[in-house]
Amino acid sequence: MYTRNIKNYFSQYAEAAPLAVFRILFGTLMFISLLRFYANGWIEKLYLEPSFFFSYTGFEWIKPLGSWTYLIFVLGALSAIGVALGYRYRLSATVFFLSFTYIELMDKTTYLNHYYFVSLVSFLMILLPANAYFSVDALKNENLRKQYIPAWTIDAIKLMLAIVYFYAGLAKLNSDWLFHAMPLKIWLSAKTSLPVIGPWLQESWVHYAFSWAGMIYDLSIPFLLLWPRTRLLGFTFVVIFHVVTRLLFPIGMFPFIMILSTLIFFSADFHHRFLHQLSRILRLDKRIFDNRIKMSKGTFTHLLIPVIVLFFVFQLTLPFRYVLQPGELFWTEQGYRFSWRVMLMEKAGYANFKVVDSSTGKRFYVDNSQFLTPFQEKQMATQPDFILEYALYLEQYYQQQGIADPEIYVESYVSLNGRGSQPYVNPDIDLTQQDISPDNRNWILPFNDEIKGL
Amino acid sequence: MANKSWILLLFVSLSFFACDDDTPDVPDDNFDRTALLTNWADNIIIPGYTDIAQGSKSMVQAAEAFQADPQPQTLNNLRDAWWKVYLVWQRVSMFEIGKAEELGLRDNLNIYPVDTEGVLENISQGNYNLELPSQRDRQGFPAMDFLLYGIANGDAEILEAYTTGDDAEELGIYLIAVVTRIDELLDVVLADWTSGYRDEFIDNNGNSATASVDKLVNDYLFYYEKALRAGKVGIPAGVFSGSPLSTHVELPYRAEGDQTLLLEALDYTQRFFNGKDYTSQQEGVSLKSYLNELDAQKDGTLLSELINAQFESARAKISQLESDFAKQIEMDNTKMLEAYDELQKNVVLLKVDMLQALNINIDYVDADGD
Repeated sequence: MYTRNIKNYFSQYAEAAPLAVFRILFGTLMFISLLRFYANGWIEKLYLEPSFFFSYTGFEWIKPLGSWTYLIFVLGALSAIGVALGYRYRLSATVFFLSFTYIELMDKTTYLNHYYFVSLVSFLMILLPANAYFSVDALKNENLRKQYIPAWTIDAIKLMLAIVYFYAGLAKLNSDWLFHAMPLKIWLSAKTSLPVIGPWLQESWVHYAFSWAGMIYDLSIPFLLLWPRTRLLGFTFVVIFHVVTRLLFPIGMFPFIMILSTLIFFSADFHHRFLHQLSRILRLDKRIFDNRIKMSKGTFTHLLIPVIVLFFVFQLTLPFRYVLQPGELFWTEQGYRFSWRVMLMEKAGYANFKVVDSSTGKRFYVDNSQFLTPFQEKQMATQPDFILEYALYLEQYYQQQGIADPEIYVESYVSLNGRGSQPYVNPDIDLTQQDISPDNRNWILPFNDEIKGL
Repeated sequence: MANKSWILLLFVSLSFFACDDDTPDVPDDNFDRTALLTNWADNIIIPGYTDIAQGSKSMVQAAEAFQADPQPQTLNNLRDAWWKVYLVWQRVSMFEIGKAEELGLRDNLNIYPVDTEGVLENISQGNYNLELPSQRDRQGFPAMDFLLYGIANGDAEILEAYTTGDDAEELGIYLIAVVTRIDELLDVVLADWTSGYRDEFIDNNGNSATASVDKLVNDYLFYYEKALRAGKVGIPAGVFSGSPLSTHVELPYRAEGDQTLLLEALDYTQRFFNGKDYTSQQEGVSLKSYLNELDAQKDGTLLSELINAQFESARAKISQLESDFAKQIEMDNTKMLEAYDELQKNVVLLKVDMLQALNINIDYVDADGD
């Protein structure tokens, strides 16, 4: 029974137009994003100026390449155009995924959930037949031209979006967010100077309203978008939500990416009208794509389905990996990233490293600005994996400076969601004796409070 | 019920629910960042720069009088004039924003230890351009310390150097070049504040990495951490090197007065925190009043009180030090380290607790967030 339903589901067809529109919008936005990144001088500031970079475990070999780093951005931008056009689509999508992901892996200081989202979507895009319709490839090659593609290929994007929203909503089900309006209280209170709404943002009830509305929005939006009857309402909420967050917070391109991505939930008819307008501008005859041909279910699709299923099983479970780790998630951040915990907490920290030459007993403190940019220092001070990686780097550095066996200690303080600062790492533990693996983090001092919830 | 109306009901009922949940312990922040910036600009920063620009004019005059007629009286006049300006410098050094930031004012005026070999090279060779970055540790107040107290042993020999020494004339010319450059830089910064930058500064009243409050507080903390805590105390006491570096004190040649400069710097750092008017000392809108408005607390005590108390403990430790820090370091460096520890404690309160409470962006890179 179930197997038949599942087989049935995977054999359903849908119009290819929504996926084609998604491809065009996604590619264009990615091109603009990379251009904006360059124009803001961030390539230089984030990837060329620092002398040390924080790596993800297993990806230590991925580093900025000096001036060649620009080339990675050029590759990313060119392939984004390739994706938008549907030109040499698989190659373009693959190059885009690789270049964008390489950029994100170069330094985890810059980790953002929405960059992770882009990496995941661009990975999916490699596998999906997004060039079957309204693409340069399909224009040039009649064999590629299909009006109908397997329905699940469009649903894959919808599911990805639904996961982002729903999990972001689940993450908000905690006592700080719901019952203390934290961290929104801190963030909104600072916006005193915004015209019209500025004074309102100082009101306590507004902080609570934003917190609860944000939670309900995130949890409900996938369903509002899925059901045709509530779709327009849902999309209105999407626009309002992202425009408001764009006005309040420095979140760059993310609101636009999300607003345009959710268009994929709309009917094929909507997308046909969109492409019709586009083809008039481009002086293309859209009708040549409307050939009523279904994409054949070749072996490729059969191989693809298990990959996609595995991908989503992974996506659904990964955000819960934190339950395997001891301690408060917000405090230790073990399992915090890659889990759609978006704008969920406010953390400030300070880490003062002490180097002790074990042979002479000579001790001194490290000037972090000698090794890290202010941005890196800020990120390092509140995240244990950064602190340890930096300590191990300092060990190496001082070994080269002639201290045979340097011991590295850190005096650190972290303040979480408006609680007073408290000591973070045990200052009596020599960090050079610690393992980078996350299983043993007893050098982090316990959190003196409790945050209930997911 | 139709889906649409169900969800509308949910959102509408939200606001009522949120009202019910309004707890009295959560304070409102009706803080006016424009008033804060105005107090900083009009009552603290501009009066401070006006004061130092006037003092530096007197210093230039005293230097010219000394150059024209080097004798004990003119030397002492110049030393007094320089000392007065150096003290006022401690009150404005923290405001490295706008023109001061663009020029690298602190790096030009107060990099120490002074590169004495470089200074002597400039004097003997005669061709130097003090505007070059490579010349930064050959000028400013520390170069004056060397030129007025360290160029020879004792006042008699110093006067000799300016009168009958081999490079007497060149030495006088260099002295004038150094005071003139100090004066010009301070003039440019003051002129910028009074001819438009003030309004630009106050109008930029938002909450982002490039907004005035965020930027100036970052500059202020950077000053406190690097220039005051590390520069004046930590580095000479060997906190960052493991062994004391008594030659790295602020006044290696005048010797007496390191403590006075540090206390002046600490006083005005605290005054800025409390928003005290430069002349009347009347408290205005400040970081303190902002924190109190937000009712920022730590362990049940107002954060602003903890920060002020910490300024006091640091002052108490510094008051026990010798006036000449090089002497203090050689005699008993532990006292220097104790003073450092008290200064250090406020770094945590200011950088972690205060910045979080005020939601001030610490990164200078205006990058995206989630």
